[in-house]
Amino acid sequence: MRLFRTWKLGLKSLLLHPMRSALTVLGIFIGVASVIWLLAIGEGISQEAQKQIEDLGAENIIVRSIKPPDTSSGSFSEIVDFGVTRAEAEMIRSTIPTLKGVVPIRELPQNFVYNGNKNAKPVDGRLVGCTPEYAEITQLEVDRGHFLTHREIDAKLSVCVISAVLANRLFPSEDPIGKQMYLPEKQEYFNIVGVLKKRNATAAIGGSLAAQDFSLDVYIPLSTMYQRMGDREVKRTGGSFSISSFQLSQITLRVADVNDVPRTAQLINATLMKTVGGRPRQDIAVVVPYELLEQAKTTRLMFMMFMGLIATISLIVGGIGIMNIMLATVTERTREIGIRRALGGKRSDITWQFLVETISLSVVGGLTGVLGGLMCPWTILLTQRGVERFAPNFYANLPEVARTMSPQIVPESIPIAFFISVIVGVVFGIYPAIRAARMDPIEALRHE
Amino acid sequence: MNHTNQSANVNSPATVQPDQPVSPNGAVKLAAQITDLTKHYVLKSETVKALRGISFEVPEGDYVAIMGPSGSGKSTLLNLLGCLDRPTSGNYVLGSSDVAHMSDDELSEVRASRIGFVFQSYNLIAQLSVVENIEVPLYYMGQLNAQSRKRSVQLATMVGLGERLGHRPPQLSGGQQQRVAIARSLVNDPYFILADEATGNLDSVTTEEILALFQRLNDEGRTIIMVTHEDDVSQHAKRVIWLKDGQVQSDESVTDRRVFSAEQVRKISQNAEVRT
Ligand SMILES: Nc1ncnc2c1ncn2[C@@H]1O[C@H](COP(=O)(O)OP(=O)(O)OP(=O)(O)O)[C@@H](O)[C@H]1O
Ligand SMILES: [Mg+2]
Repeated sequence: MRLFRTWKLGLKSLLLHPMRSALTVLGIFIGVASVIWLLAIGEGISQEAQKQIEDLGAENIIVRSIKPPDTSSGSFSEIVDFGVTRAEAEMIRSTIPTLKGVVPIRELPQNFVYNGNKNAKPVDGRLVGCTPEYAEITQLEVDRGHFLTHREIDAKLSVCVISAVLANRLFPSEDPIGKQMYLPEKQEYFNIVGVLKKRNATAAIGGSLAAQDFSLDVYIPLSTMYQRMGDREVKRTGGSFSISSFQLSQITLRVADVNDVPRTAQLINATLMKTVGGRPRQDIAVVVPYELLEQAKTTRLMFMMFMGLIATISLIVGGIGIMNIMLATVTERTREIGIRRALGGKRSDITWQFLVETISLSVVGGLTGVLGGLMCPWTILLTQRGVERFAPNFYANLPEVARTMSPQIVPESIPIAFFISVIVGVVFGIYPAIRAARMDPIEALRHE
Repeated sequence: MNHTNQSANVNSPATVQPDQPVSPNGAVKLAAQITDLTKHYVLKSETVKALRGISFEVPEGDYVAIMGPSGSGKSTLLNLLGCLDRPTSGNYVLGSSDVAHMSDDELSEVRASRIGFVFQSYNLIAQLSVVENIEVPLYYMGQLNAQSRKRSVQLATMVGLGERLGHRPPQLSGGQQQRVAIARSLVNDPYFILADEATGNLDSVTTEEILALFQRLNDEGRTIIMVTHEDDVSQHAKRVIWLKDGQVQSDESVTDRRVFSAEQVRKISQNAEVRT
């Protein structure tokens, strides 16, 4: 009851200077909202990164072939042999017990046309030789028809599954299933047996793994690819042409138990790097999403700490604002303090009176700040869409993160921010309040 | 509102002997008793002896004017009487307790419960309404309730501000503000009302109003101690204490006391209410 009256009185005093009080509240508002915003943005970005890594599968180890840089000169270059081989894949499969699957693929950039419409401009896409497991590890989902089957692999059939975007481009008005796809460079035909759902691209990770855009993919059995196209690729550039030879683009190794990943990764590294002996191999890279994930978690923690630091600084600035105002208020209300002391107010009553005011200010700042903080995902989305719509050029030039980032409110940040604001109110309010209480009532009464 | 009580109380001042500074009659209840009170202000270079041993008693129902030249220690004395400060030495018995050596919190409690202040510059709290201002001492006594609100409203009505309960001090004239202050000084049923130049900021008409109010309160049995510079004002008291250089120079009852007749008191307060 008493506290309630004190509080009511505090509000009355604060409302005597609405502008001043509002500005003080604004300081705390900005502090609290920025804590929530910065943490939400940080969380959004790092979750995005983690998700991309998780898309690769934390239980996977990826071995990629890397084409060595072209060192030859002249119009005809020697054949370059590189990359991870079928034999190595087989060796890994048979010697490493912690694995539950080995999924090899071979990728080629390729042009595609619809056999029924050969004069159309060919679509630049990617041909992927793979096995049925590939759909599972890259989370490809079938929209119509079916993905490649073991039977088709074993029989080395000329069948293919195409991605949604490619299907739309090549078959704007027809059902692609049952139609024939033509590869002009290889002069090969493939029967379309399935169309995939749309899938988002993965981002580049750790430098050795390029971003993967699944939108223009055509999947064929790896066995068929080897039988029809061999390992050699001839590339013509102007007058010269280069021949390269590689068996596989990538093997995805699936570890049965996530906890075995680091151990298995070491083993793989040792095995593959050893085969050449002497110098370490340059034509393959072993990517361990699990380790990247661990790294990303550490990065996230540091990021969060950094963001939290910035936000804390802004709260402290808000607190200093409160203190500044309260000191001015105390001086301005010296006379009132004198009156209250003369009429029987104890020192503690005066302390409380001013403390209640600062706490009210900071609580209001805290609450509105929390509301402002909760608006974050919303405001960011609106801004992204707004910029996309009204300044498309500018939008296109924005970094990927800025375009796709969606902030994730960290639930703990709300009570934390709020309580910090209250603590700021108390900490920065206590000095002015005590100063008010310490005044000599006689001198305070004389104050003009 | 208290007109009916008035006649009953009119006799009570007569039973005490205000012209006797030191009461020979032990039966008289004292509102305050000070003995050998001194107050020294220790400054960097010197010590200011504002009070140099002051003794007197104030029986209940007395009406004392403290006078003296500037710097003679009137305000210092009043601050001590009002428990706003502690004396350097000497004793001060208020009611039945010695307050000279109380702690700050204890003094605050005494101020809240037993002393009524009326200041020259009214000293109302700007953000509070008339009733709320009157209630402040009760607030610090922890005695705010519906009943105390009723009492505050009654007091406001008594000083002629019953129609202005919700007004704020800046919306009132000086005389009205001083009447609110007087109502506030009464709310805790104090041992005495301390008034430091209570009429100093007011014109002669309003001064009369306030003095009439003081007289009415005194007639009802309230003890009043006021500091004033003006002979006109001090003539309304029953007793005048002259200070000089921090000592009592004279302490005499007022021989030709100016008293408002009951008729005048009623007329003045009516006028005041009309102007309100
Ligand atoms: N806080 C203080 N510190 C130092 N000296 C003080 C203090 N308060 C009062 N004094 C001194 O004590 C003496 C008495 O002062 P006081 O205010 O009681 O005089 P007064 O009689 O009320 O005068 P006035 O009629 O001008 O109000 C003066 O010499 C004054 O300078
Ligand atoms: Mg004075």
